[in-house]
Amino acid sequence: MLKDLFQKKRQYATLGAPETAPARVSAARSEKTDQIPQGLVNKCQTCGALLIAKELQKHLYTCPNCDYHFPLDAPTRIQVTLDEGAFFEYDAGLTSADPLPFPGYADKLRRAQQASGLREAVVTGEGTLDGHPVVIGVMDSRFIMGSMGSAVGEKIARAMERAAEKRYPLILFTASGGARMQEGILSLMQMAKTSAALRRLSDAGVLFVSVITHPTTGGVSASFASLGDIILAEPGALFGFAGRRVIEQTIRQKLPDDFQTAEFNLKHGMVDKVVHRKELRPTLSLILRVHSGRGWADGR
Amino acid sequence: MAGELEFERPIVELRAKIEELRRFTSESGVDLSDEIQKLEARLEELTESIYANLTPWQRVQLARQPGRPTTLDYIRGICEEFVELHGDRNFRDDPAVVGGIGLVDGRPITLIGTQKGKDTKDNIHRNFGMAHPEGYRKALRLMKQAEKFGRPVALFIDTAGAYPGASGEERGQSEAIARNLMEMAGLRVPTVCFVTGEGGSGGALGLGVTDRIYVLEYAWYSVIAPESAAAILWRDSAQAPRAAETMRITAPDLVALGIADELIREPRGGAQKDPAAMIRTVRGKLVSALEELSALSVDERLARRYDKYRKMGVFVEA
Ligand SMILES: [Zn+2]
Repeated sequence: MLKDLFQKKRQYATLGAPETAPARVSAARSEKTDQIPQGLVNKCQTCGALLIAKELQKHLYTCPNCDYHFPLDAPTRIQVTLDEGAFFEYDAGLTSADPLPFPGYADKLRRAQQASGLREAVVTGEGTLDGHPVVIGVMDSRFIMGSMGSAVGEKIARAMERAAEKRYPLILFTASGGARMQEGILSLMQMAKTSAALRRLSDAGVLFVSVITHPTTGGVSASFASLGDIILAEPGALFGFAGRRVIEQTIRQKLPDDFQTAEFNLKHGMVDKVVHRKELRPTLSLILRVHSGRGWADGR
Repeated sequence: MAGELEFERPIVELRAKIEELRRFTSESGVDLSDEIQKLEARLEELTESIYANLTPWQRVQLARQPGRPTTLDYIRGICEEFVELHGDRNFRDDPAVVGGIGLVDGRPITLIGTQKGKDTKDNIHRNFGMAHPEGYRKALRLMKQAEKFGRPVALFIDTAGAYPGASGEERGQSEAIARNLMEMAGLRVPTVCFVTGEGGSGGALGLGVTDRIYVLEYAWYSVIAPESAAAILWRDSAQAPRAAETMRITAPDLVALGIADELIREPRGGAQKDPAAMIRTVRGKLVSALEELSALSVDERLARRYDKYRKMGVFVEA
């Protein structure tokens, strides 16, 4: 509260206003080419600049030269979003089974777990953002393309239920190729499960902010990602229902490079605002402040 | 009957042979009735065994047979009277989704579903039953209208999937489907869906979050069409039969996985062999389901609907 009184500068998050300086997107982004930065030096896939790890970190893993946004893993996203040391993880032990069973799936899960150090493609929990308590979920595209199987759906649904119960705003960072094919119809039904949980969260009057990161497609795009009270997107993030190749085959036409980008979605009215990663935390903070604010008589 | 499938050929051939013997009997006066009787018994046995042992891929082919009743056939067969209603009040009327209001045994009901064409021209008009966002939004408008006036909703699903084209993306295919999932979860009136043919992924689910899910015997319902799954898994859409097996998309699979409430038996060989009988069966199931569901309080029904979807999924918890 004291902090609010001494706020140095006013901040605005104008929902729906066009971006003044959209990040350059030179070529259509595919769902696979983008790599999470690792090692000492990383090459920007858009402008080719060589970026040392420290510099990348300072710029929140965006290219200082062209504003290309490298994908973030879930732990890093949580670290750069929440207040330091404030994160408490939910359901860390919840992992996928192999219900069909599907050939090679068990191995694929093991490899994804070893490579990412995660148990599943989403990390959920609670913490604070500039002192505001929030329930947060972050999908990790390293884990089988961030796909949603039963475990991901369950973790997200539980996070929604906890947000409703605690009346904490929910923030979900999406990054997903869609429903996880290896779990068949059960993965499709996670779309219904999470959307039903959102119905209850919405009925409880609790804020849900969906933050679209690259890439968010298929079953995740067609369920909770698109149901935020407020939908933010990182510059250049791919956000759409069908894959580019499928669409091109369907309409027998080549799509423009910016098709399904965050900026394309802003233009078509599908997201509220495209926000540079460096502005994301201040924007979320302001949204939370507006939503926690009181002051009008409100008929009482 | 036209449009017999490859695996039905032995039936067709045997039936032709019996016909030939009958003709020979009437033309020559030679009595072959013993022989004919034997062959007819054999035909019965063969038919029974072929349809009792369908592979998942054969079921997929049956689900796609032209001549199966479409949503409008079901609607017209189920209602004594029906008024079709059009448009999403936003962009346009999507012919791939139909809906309206009618009377079943004098009781009001809203009926909605994806609509495939009856022939090539009709199919082009209907976009092969693949809905645009405005189709899902029309469906939602009619469902909210049903909620307002306290009418139950019946939904019929037969679609290869939501339309995966540029126009759909521009108008928010994802948002339209997502919105329906969320709104259907909270709809205060009884809702029942029937997967009558193809249940293609999110495009099917966009009309399928209901109190009851019924799947016709030869219908399929999957997170991804078998051809697309094969293209991803083995880089070869010709491996679709293998994908159909692996993905567990048939009606018995859906019951076993706890997704479908019930498998609805089809006339032997498929709904296209006897559309009237199929429609009668679906009507009976719809009426009994709505009678059961409307006996529940709104809160109880919504709680059960929530639990139904909440429980779907299999995972491990350490
Ligand atoms: Zn760059």
